[in-house]
Amino acid sequence: MTSAFKTALHSGKFVVTSEVAPLKGTNLDKFIHHVELLKDKVDAMNVTDHQSSVMRYPSLGGALLVKEHGGEPILQMTCRDRNRLALQADLLFAHSRGIHNVLCLTGDSVLLGDHKEGKGVFDLESSQLLKTIRIMERGKDLAGNDLDGAIEMCAGAIVTPEADPIEPQLIKFEKKIEAGAEFIQTQAVYDLENFKQFMSYARQFDVKILAGIILLTSAGMARFMNKNVAGVMVPQSLIDEMAGAPKGGALKKGIEIAGRMIRQVREEQICDGVHIMAIGKEEVVPDIMAAAGL
Amino acid sequence: MIRSITQQKPIEEIERLLEGMGRIFIIGCGTCTTLTRTGGAPEVETMSKDLSDKGKVITGTTVVPVACDNLTQQILSEYGSQIKQADGLLVMSCAFGVQTIGTQLGAMVIPAQETLFIGKETSIGLFSEICNQCGSCIIGETGGVCPVTACHKSMVNGPCGGTNAGRCEIDSNKDCAWTLIYKRLKALGRLDDMRKYQKPRNHLGEPRPGKCDIPA
Repeated sequence: MTSAFKTALHSGKFVVTSEVAPLKGTNLDKFIHHVELLKDKVDAMNVTDHQSSVMRYPSLGGALLVKEHGGEPILQMTCRDRNRLALQADLLFAHSRGIHNVLCLTGDSVLLGDHKEGKGVFDLESSQLLKTIRIMERGKDLAGNDLDGAIEMCAGAIVTPEADPIEPQLIKFEKKIEAGAEFIQTQAVYDLENFKQFMSYARQFDVKILAGIILLTSAGMARFMNKNVAGVMVPQSLIDEMAGAPKGGALKKGIEIAGRMIRQVREEQICDGVHIMAIGKEEVVPDIMAAAGL
Repeated sequence: MIRSITQQKPIEEIERLLEGMGRIFIIGCGTCTTLTRTGGAPEVETMSKDLSDKGKVITGTTVVPVACDNLTQQILSEYGSQIKQADGLLVMSCAFGVQTIGTQLGAMVIPAQETLFIGKETSIGLFSEICNQCGSCIIGETGGVCPVTACHKSMVNGPCGGTNAGRCEIDSNKDCAWTLIYKRLKALGRLDDMRKYQKPRNHLGEPRPGKCDIPA
């Protein structure tokens, strides 16, 4: 069974994915509201997995909710919290409940989150999780035992096009593709000229690439990311543009910038689509898409 | 030379562990905790004074040459009565020494240290973990640098997305293991080693607790 997202990836159309983040607790109203808002607008929604190592409602539960509400989920799976037994079990469960897209991540350190004394597992890492999925699709588990019923997944990974140094990151990127990644959602890109250079290298591989777009909500946020988020580089011109927004107009300016970037990615066919991350402001994703002319 | 690297527990925790014990004998170690200045002669003296000030009776103190050595029992026998009078032994060695003394004397032992890792002094006053004894060594393919130890996530297939300017996502003072490996392999002209897929790690090298019988 080919997932709707996989079909979209191979349809030649400009693919748009977004992100929905489960929250801490059992009140799912806001999450469901975001799903309802986005399900007919985007090709698929990533459901984050204890984003930034902060304990929340699980991504698997969130992906099921997306499905139940008529959306197309991409299950984010990190290797931080589960060993190889638990990861494989969750893949079996996901398949059995109609979830057929997965984004494989190593995961942030536990130290970056809200349970700093917890144990980071990292029994597998992103490339090994991708390979595990391909093994399970052939009806085997990681120990070589037969599965009674295989899985089928459209599996992807991430890359940081602005990593420093870049070469180790590119070697890892190629290993992820060799391990079975069909699509790549990138870390946020802001300098599209740099990104074009990355794409001129990445085009040689048989993989679909969605450019990561993080909504800027203030000049301060941009400066914060430059200082604290690995591989994110907001050019000074965009920071100035955000700082120059009229009072109370920063969010509007951020939406305009994100829309403008997406439009350029699409019109110049820089890559295969975009992955919009409006961290905490999911309700404005339709505005970003409108600003992009989508 | 490899050493057991320790850090003294907060005094409040030591006090809590010594609750109900009025008479204490303090044992330091002349090897690792002397090097790390956590349990050598000066630290034992300071601890003795601090605990006296807090109302404990210190029945005696000593610094044994190597707390984890089998000879420690003989050395401590010189302090028989002072040890016997004590309600507890506060041991300022690493946990190897604490357990050795506890087993040898059958006495109540209280650790004064957190045993952090087995490492070495890589520059003056800086102690680093080099090998974490995983039992399945891959450094023949990583330019002689161990990613299982040097990478916070023990990643064996390359860097994670948290690496930044050659540093680790958890601490900008820690080197990214995979930047180190990349630079070493590049200098050696063996960057292809980094392109090899490494299987999930084998945690069965020697199941914990490690036990290895080397035939004579």
